[in-house]
Amino acid sequence: MADTPATNGVNFPLEIHDLTAGYHKKPVLWGIDLQVPKGKLVGIVGPNGAGKSTLIKAIMGLVPPSSGWVKIFGKPYNENRRRVGYVPQRESVDWDFPVTVMDVVMMGRYGHVGWFKRPNKADREIARDCLDKVKMLPFAKRQISNLSGGQQQRVFLARALAQESDIYFMDEPFAGVDAATETAIIALLHELREKGKTLLVVHHDLPTARNYFDQLLLLNMRVVAYGETEEVFTYDLLQKTYGGRLTILSEVADAVGQRAK
Amino acid sequence: MSEFIPAFEWQRVMVEPWAENLSTTFWIVLMGFLITAACGLIGNYLILRRMALVGDAISHSVLPGLAIAFLLSHSLNTLPMFIGALGAGILTTVLIELIHKKTRVKQDSAIGITFSTLFAIGVILISFGQTDAVHLDAECVLYGEIAFVPLDLVQTELGPGALSVVEKIPGLNSEIFLNGNRLTIAPPSVIRMAVVTGITLLLIVVFYKELLVTSFDSGLSSSLGINSTVVHYALMAMLSVIIVSAFEAVGAILVIAMLILPGATASLLAHRLPPMFGITVVHALLSAVGGIHLATWLNCSPAGAMVVAGSVLFGLAWVFSPSQGLLRRWLGRELDELNEEELDRLAKGV
Repeated sequence: MADTPATNGVNFPLEIHDLTAGYHKKPVLWGIDLQVPKGKLVGIVGPNGAGKSTLIKAIMGLVPPSSGWVKIFGKPYNENRRRVGYVPQRESVDWDFPVTVMDVVMMGRYGHVGWFKRPNKADREIARDCLDKVKMLPFAKRQISNLSGGQQQRVFLARALAQESDIYFMDEPFAGVDAATETAIIALLHELREKGKTLLVVHHDLPTARNYFDQLLLLNMRVVAYGETEEVFTYDLLQKTYGGRLTILSEVADAVGQRAK
Repeated sequence: MSEFIPAFEWQRVMVEPWAENLSTTFWIVLMGFLITAACGLIGNYLILRRMALVGDAISHSVLPGLAIAFLLSHSLNTLPMFIGALGAGILTTVLIELIHKKTRVKQDSAIGITFSTLFAIGVILISFGQTDAVHLDAECVLYGEIAFVPLDLVQTELGPGALSVVEKIPGLNSEIFLNGNRLTIAPPSVIRMAVVTGITLLLIVVFYKELLVTSFDSGLSSSLGINSTVVHYALMAMLSVIIVSAFEAVGAILVIAMLILPGATASLLAHRLPPMFGITVVHALLSAVGGIHLATWLNCSPAGAMVVAGSVLFGLAWVFSPSQGLLRRWLGRELDELNEEELDRLAKGV
């Protein structure tokens, strides 16, 4: 029976069944079914308004689902919260906020620290290591408003690393970053995957999506296709995802053409 | 000097308040400091969460809460007043959220609708209470009077034995606390405010990381299991308690100023929360002391003068802030122009 996920759910870091969610009683996502295996780097692509961010938020309970369920390693989100790392969209926070780079990365440790307690020396060490991994350690004491877009994104990634999670959800980590940061991020994602982490990444750039991800989730309010990148990155499926949007389609044609070469 | 502005006499303005009226001055300054510090500390979070107007709203809409508490308990005792204000504060928060979320009305309009409606209801309710022996009116909620603070002192008679002990304690043996054989503990409003300020500080220290992460990134905080809604309501509840313990002395209107000015000043001078809290407290102290001298000079309301003193401090921070002050910008521009000239020279190969 599909309604008893405990029997096989442990095999999947992320399992979603018949999830419908949205805002103001207006669903943005309809009947999402998904089973993501361990150690995969999954790109979530689709047009604007397809519900890519909403899907991530619904998985983490930030947007209440109107039906269906989500399991993280076979348990409801709230019971396995510590195994989940989150990178929100960079624009979702105020970068003039009076905190330093180190303060932001330390927030990644808060889920491990617990109420009433302060992060300790070990937490600070972990935060420093994570900053070092994204090459932002020299900026640790900087106020965050003095950072470039790429640097801000690296700080957010360091914070997610500091969460020491097993599954990561990242909302447009490549948006508005410089080429060097993009390369650094993709290297980091591959490194995490080698360690057996599962990563779901919202991505808006189709041509690069094909190179970056093991698997793709083509989303347009419903799951259009989900599978290995080679199998789902086809003209037909992408047209089904993006509809008749010409500019996008010509991009897709280019991308598919590149692959044919 | 014109007839409106009295001449500034050093002796009268700066010395006499402390030399001749030490007890009165002390309690007024202490009360002003405690109020500004408590309002400023919580105000830092209001500013960071872009909720400065919510402070404005709650400081008006506590009125119906106070009126209902007064009509039910027939007294102006602390406990019913606190409960009434808490209820009204939380109701305000709920109504703002409700109007904002369930209609197309934007948040600022929702705030405007909520607090003006609740305040109007308060005005109506208060007129019902006028026949009672105890008096509550809208004016006292809006304006308050900090000069009345030292009129109501809790004092205790000391026996000869206790008196000789107290006289030996440095600090206590002054006219602030000792008048003949009567020991002054403090005006009840000051004790109440001290407790509220202390609790505010304690909560900010204990819940530092929860307040920080919910203010900075509510998405992350929810994903970590820190409920931003709960933190939001707790903050609003604390704000209501601070406002009601302050309104008697400075009134709702000046509370609004004290919620915003210290935090805004601190944000110009520091880039992390802990030093901002430190600056907030210093700002509160300087406002209170500056205010009492300004009030003595101009012979005006001390509470109003404290707010003006706080505004002057904000102005000074604006001009002299090391990182973003006007002075720095003017100097910085000159430096930039110099560099351009130098670049030009270099480009021309001179």
